[in-house]
Amino acid sequence: MRSIYLHVAILFILVACSDSEGGFGSGSLGTDGYQGRGFGQNDITSSTFFKENVGDHVLFKVDEYTLNEVAKTALDIQANWLIENPGFVIIVEGHADERGTREYNLALGFRRAQSVQEYLVARGVSGLRLKTRSYGKERPVEICSVERCYSKNRRAVTILASGSS
Amino acid sequence: MRLIWCGLLTLCVWLNTAVAQNAPLRIKITQGVIEPLKFAVPAFEAENLGAKKIAAEISRVVAADLTSSGLFREIPSSRFIAQRKTFEEPVRFPDWRAVNAQALVTAAVTTNGSGKLTVKFRIFDIFSGVQLGQGMQLSGSTQAVRRMAHKVSDQVYERIIGEGPYFDSRIVFVSESGPKDKRLKRLAIMDFDGENMQFLTGNDNIVLAPRISSDGKKVLYTSWETGFPQIYLLDVETGRRKRVNTPGDGVAFSPRFAPDNKRIVFSYERRGNIDIYLMELSSLRSARLTSSPFIDTAPSFSPDGRQIVFESDRSGNQQLYILPVTGGTPKRISFGKGRYGTPVWSPRGDLIAFTKQSNGRFGIGVMRIDGTKERLLSASFLDEGPTWSPNGRVIMFSRQTRGPSGAPSIYSVDITGRNLRPLSLRAPASDPSWGPVLP
Repeated sequence: MRSIYLHVAILFILVACSDSEGGFGSGSLGTDGYQGRGFGQNDITSSTFFKENVGDHVLFKVDEYTLNEVAKTALDIQANWLIENPGFVIIVEGHADERGTREYNLALGFRRAQSVQEYLVARGVSGLRLKTRSYGKERPVEICSVERCYSKNRRAVTILASGSS
Repeated sequence: MRLIWCGLLTLCVWLNTAVAQNAPLRIKITQGVIEPLKFAVPAFEAENLGAKKIAAEISRVVAADLTSSGLFREIPSSRFIAQRKTFEEPVRFPDWRAVNAQALVTAAVTTNGSGKLTVKFRIFDIFSGVQLGQGMQLSGSTQAVRRMAHKVSDQVYERIIGEGPYFDSRIVFVSESGPKDKRLKRLAIMDFDGENMQFLTGNDNIVLAPRISSDGKKVLYTSWETGFPQIYLLDVETGRRKRVNTPGDGVAFSPRFAPDNKRIVFSYERRGNIDIYLMELSSLRSARLTSSPFIDTAPSFSPDGRQIVFESDRSGNQQLYILPVTGGTPKRISFGKGRYGTPVWSPRGDLIAFTKQSNGRFGIGVMRIDGTKERLLSASFLDEGPTWSPNGRVIMFSRQTRGPSGAPSIYSVDITGRNLRPLSLRAPASDPSWGPVLP
């Protein structure tokens, strides 16, 4: 699994090098995700890197909370990065699309978050670092009322809650 | 954040004139109202100069209240034949019959220098040519003119319809602003007609599903104030709120008061499993009411406090179940096509209101507590979250429009399915919870 993560990192570096705008701002090498800002994404230990390059979320089918193969692969990569970067505390946030009642969707969000948490723990991430929460249908990322948007809103997001410990 | 109530309204029976004992005007409501009762409200008489504006306002509010119920239709003053000068002058019944009025409300309004407002009023049955019940007198503050008007409306409604009233009541709800993906939500309270709105919380957190206590003094709601959903208890008058400490390390949400306001029920999430708990607020002693590996949520008490109705996906999708608070096996009551959620027990005890999802639409419906006689009262892109009027006659709910600019508003509908209408509010609003008729 580590190879997958390295693969992602290498891919990113290649992309970054070909960036015509440069993108390498000034700044010291921070180990903290939040300090890495400005010089940005090429700090492979930053939360920004995690979000933008490792991938911070997985998607679900309508009214489901089980992880499909795509989600599992994504979580394998997440798990490896999280193990490599033990300083972060992790909150897994479950969300639902707007096609459900408020309370049920809140419950569904919890189930989605729980599925991700259990998978990450099974992959070796310490359960002590993990918390879950649900926003139900309250925080969509896409705001249209068609499946194109709904499919992106049915998600669980891995949030790196605090900087290095 | 303090809400001001300027003195309790006092109500007393006034004038012992001859009255009709068996109010013949009363309309009996069964399945669907036939024709709204036509009524006339001539501008209330101001007994002193200072009361003029207030008298006019009260008569307009009374007319609007009655009309909003869908059970009454106002006869415009332009059609009046009788020109009333004083409250005491006799009613010329033929003049009112000629314009087809069935009921007439007359009133006189007095104010004094110290801010006291007094309203005397009488209700007449025009066809029978008699006064309906005794004259009434209400006293209150000139700061609470609309409340005074709602009290008058309540009396008229109660006498003519023969059911408990609901106009002098308030509704807690969520006031929304901002784009769909960054929505700000604040608790607010308003009169039943959307007026007199006041915020109860700031808008720095997401708050959901407020539930008002049966005495109207407290509100339970779910907030992300700490970053994680939690149950809060808010005092309506002081605006003070506190977290409700729920058991263990799970997350509690979807709370609701028992009719005694001493106990609450809520959903409790632990390791992805969601069950229903009962808790006594004073001792924080709790009892687990369901223990299934499924989503059990949205519990609501029966008015006698002995049972709850809730939704569960234990059958494969959302359905409604009834369970005694002493525990046992939940009994499924919904069997129609589609999904059923957010059940709320009627204050009369005979019906359950719910949100139904079927064929890609969401509607509000009612069924008897044994699951029979299901009727859908509304349907749209997204209707949800019913709440009952104190008399169990009207239901309010949220309706959200579709699309990127989609926003919720609050609608009301008679339990017959008639008179579906939006409340006129200045901002998007959701999750209404209807409080009691004020004392």
